[in-house]
Amino acid sequence: MTTLTTPAQPGQHTPRPVPWSKLAWVSWRQYRVGLIGALAFLGLLAVYLLVMGLRFHSAYDSVTSCHPASSQACQDVADLFSNQYFITAEVSAALLNAVPVLVGVFAGAPILARELDTGTFRFAWTQGAGRIRWTVARLALPAVTVTVAAAAFSLLFNWYYWPFFASGMDSRFAGQFFNLTGVAFAAWTLAAFAIGALAGVLIRRAVAAMAAAMAVWAGLMLVTYAFLRRHYLAPLLNKGAGVPGQGNNPAWVLSQWWTGPNGKPVPFNTLMGLIRGVPKGPTKQVGPHSFSTVVDPFRWLTQHGYTEWTTYQPANRYWPFQFIEGGWLLALSLLLIVATIWLVRRRAT
Amino acid sequence: MNVIETSGLGKRYHQTWALRECSLAIPAGHVAALVGPNGAGKTTLLNLTVGLATPSAGAVTVLGGIPAGSPGALDGIAFVAQDTPVYKNLSVTDMLHLTRNLNRHFDQGYARARLDELGIPLKRKAGKLSGGQQAQLALTLALARRPRLLVLDEPLANLDPLARHDFMATVMAAVAGKGEGEVGAGMSVVLSSHVLAELERVADYLILVSGGRVQVAGEVDDLLARHRVLTGPATDVHTPEELAVVHERRGEAQAHLLVRTGGPADAVPPGWEAHPVSLEELVLAYLRQPGAGALPGPARTRNAESTEVTR
Amino acid sequence: MTAMATPARPARDVRLRPVPWRGMAWVSWRQHRATLAGLVAVLGVTGLYLYVTGLHLRHDVAAYGEMFTANGSGKMEMTPTAALLQVLPALIGAFVGAPVLARELETGTFRYTWTQGFGRERWAAAKLAQIAVAVTVVAGAFGFLFSWCYEPIIGVRQGLSPLMAITFDLRGVAFAGWALVAFAIGVLAGVLIRRVVPAMFTTLAAWSGLAVVTGAYLRPHYETPLVTSGFRPLSAAWVIGQRWTLHGKPVSLSTVDQVLHKLGAIEVAPGVFGAAPGGSGQTGGGFGQTASQASPASRNVNPVPYLIHHGFAQLTTYQPASRFWPFQWIEAGWLLALSLLLIAATIWLVRRHAA
Repeated sequence: MTTLTTPAQPGQHTPRPVPWSKLAWVSWRQYRVGLIGALAFLGLLAVYLLVMGLRFHSAYDSVTSCHPASSQACQDVADLFSNQYFITAEVSAALLNAVPVLVGVFAGAPILARELDTGTFRFAWTQGAGRIRWTVARLALPAVTVTVAAAAFSLLFNWYYWPFFASGMDSRFAGQFFNLTGVAFAAWTLAAFAIGALAGVLIRRAVAAMAAAMAVWAGLMLVTYAFLRRHYLAPLLNKGAGVPGQGNNPAWVLSQWWTGPNGKPVPFNTLMGLIRGVPKGPTKQVGPHSFSTVVDPFRWLTQHGYTEWTTYQPANRYWPFQFIEGGWLLALSLLLIVATIWLVRRRAT
Repeated sequence: MNVIETSGLGKRYHQTWALRECSLAIPAGHVAALVGPNGAGKTTLLNLTVGLATPSAGAVTVLGGIPAGSPGALDGIAFVAQDTPVYKNLSVTDMLHLTRNLNRHFDQGYARARLDELGIPLKRKAGKLSGGQQAQLALTLALARRPRLLVLDEPLANLDPLARHDFMATVMAAVAGKGEGEVGAGMSVVLSSHVLAELERVADYLILVSGGRVQVAGEVDDLLARHRVLTGPATDVHTPEELAVVHERRGEAQAHLLVRTGGPADAVPPGWEAHPVSLEELVLAYLRQPGAGALPGPARTRNAESTEVTR
Repeated sequence: MTAMATPARPARDVRLRPVPWRGMAWVSWRQHRATLAGLVAVLGVTGLYLYVTGLHLRHDVAAYGEMFTANGSGKMEMTPTAALLQVLPALIGAFVGAPVLARELETGTFRYTWTQGFGRERWAAAKLAQIAVAVTVVAGAFGFLFSWCYEPIIGVRQGLSPLMAITFDLRGVAFAGWALVAFAIGVLAGVLIRRVVPAMFTTLAAWSGLAVVTGAYLRPHYETPLVTSGFRPLSAAWVIGQRWTLHGKPVSLSTVDQVLHKLGAIEVAPGVFGAAPGGSGQTGGGFGQTASQASPASRNVNPVPYLIHHGFAQLTTYQPASRFWPFQWIEAGWLLALSLLLIAATIWLVRRHAA
């Protein structure tokens, strides 16, 4: 005959919650393949950036160390640098825009989706730790890891692309490079993770959740890129040719137009017609050869009463914009993760 | 015709032999129960039979000599795996449609009628059915294929007692071929289970697998006739040598011996009483004596080392 | 006690004709209709974008003609778009190809599917063939749409050779080939790895590796490159390498530019010369010029006759634009062969699979 042990009297003590360190181990153990995969992927890309970046830097060093800068030999070196490497660099940068969404969604969506899909949540959510703690632990570790890795990666990218930024060929502020540098890269990765996690708990099937998360992220990125970002702070207006603060750190030009002598805007067609009509300059004779020359059309236009207007964001607003974007993305990510946890709590099995 | 015939069948996963030196000949027209502890090799044997796995040693043929896993075998055998896997996001109707498209014979009318009787809604996704309903669905799909051999791997695990009863009743009716007026070949069934008590009533062929080897194989009536329990005083230390003892249990006052006999005419030693043995006692006794075996073929005697299977 | 319906008698005849193939058509469709719908949706939305862009592009070119294409703004818009679209085939492989077999193996439903009368090899062959055809057709349509969209600027201006990697594998039959091979890599990964998410990841990685290797090493050598000596910029050719020679011996660029210095000119792009900068840098302008295209500040020089007169020659290794279609067929051809090989390997693995 077996003896029965009696349970403790209710109210004698409330059990201490399962410590976070144990939950962290669970999270690591269940996810290590995925995390290692994500880190390996970033690592491979990092190796590529390292190798190419060293080449870029050495080519650029030979450009900058060449004196005098306006001599032919130095110009030749500069052009070699830009022709050989620029297109490769630009294309690789465009491709790297896909990294935040791939890493974030692959890391975030399957965590909860697979638990719900395979039914193992019935085990996980009835353990002593409770479903909220378990979810927080399962999400926190990959989220932090992925964000930190992305931040490191964007630092590496910044170094990689720095010769082109420094020489003014591309601007950190404009277009795709804003996504890839500063804090934006890491913030977009975290946002992809959060969107993926929420999609996972809503859709409950891994592949569909990943696809949906990618689509949502792409939409958000498109809207930000095309509309939101240019209005974080009110743009400045400049009259006259060029934009203040050019050179190594160009401003972000939002739009440009010309006005005629009467002050009214000149349509693009008319402008083209005017430029085509600019007369040719005098011929120049060098030895037995003669060369024809043309007059700079923009100088000609200005001389004839046309004014160029530019709206732009000055270069010194780069970091404020980065923090604004990083800030709202971080807030959004936290909101989505809180929503995810709330859904976990509410979900009836 | 033997529905399943194996000779020296073995299956190895990496370094471990899940099944070894298995030689069986299960005749047609029986309901064969495949029993044994967890990890004994039951699922492996069934997988080899239906073509989901290929042998590492030996051979297995089905339905009278057709190689297992060949198109002819696939056509004639319906299999329901453990956990009755179905496509969770397909509706019940879709599962019917799917099975019909993947087989030559499918009795749509029977399938719908049976699902109707069971009260399984046709529009619901298969993943949303209860465990019992999923099992019934899987069985319906299998039976509607009109197989010559039905193979079931732990089919009763998810069913409540009433559902188990109905399940086995359906299986038995299909075996008997009732309702069509024809006498003769019905369907053969091989099913594995832990729940021996349930199978006792329906099975007429028993296969006991333990530790990757077949210990017992034979018709149930035959096995029960050839074994009995002898009860006698525990002080009788020396067991009569001519008895083929499978398993002995000695208490303080009494000893119980499960012996294999040549026939009812076998003499009972003086001071001992003979009782018939139940199937469960038989199975338990053999499970406790891994070295013992009762296989068709030359008579085996009690021994402590492993039996050799004829090749 | 309920009266149980009983099945009809088992059939006696054992003709063993295989279960007809058309049964699998419904099966493949029903199981993968969501995936295929998603594929069509994504390519459809992207295609719509390309269509609208193509219309705008044609309008701009018609209105502004040479000025538009000469200053390269069309190319500027195309490059990021084309670069991002490169990932489409990889995503197709990961989302369409990898789950097909991996999910069956992961959830265990293969124990049902592979014991039906149809037979597992025929099942795999039918399903893979049907989805592969669907993917190839949709991708082919997309490739032609992309070609149509950017046709006004590709090949028209120097530096935008139709053979360049950025657009080559998005056009014509090559895009269909890349989508198909991604699908094939996906299904193979699925049956090898047997779990959906790792299979997807592996597919992305493997396809990317193949694409990079092809673009960098294989494609320049589909046919032996031509070499020419001449100063005229080769219209729309894909330049693989360039070097200068003086009286037949190779010389460095700096030697050449020292000579050009006397004329006050420099070479700003292969075969294109401009004035040596003397004053300040760029002017402001709304045409998105970069430093590599130094705006002709005050002079436009043509020192070519001068250099020829002094014994210089510029040897260019290139692939002419006319080889675009031969290269497309070569690439599509070996991609098709590779895809068939991978799918055959997948079916063989299905056959060998042990529970």
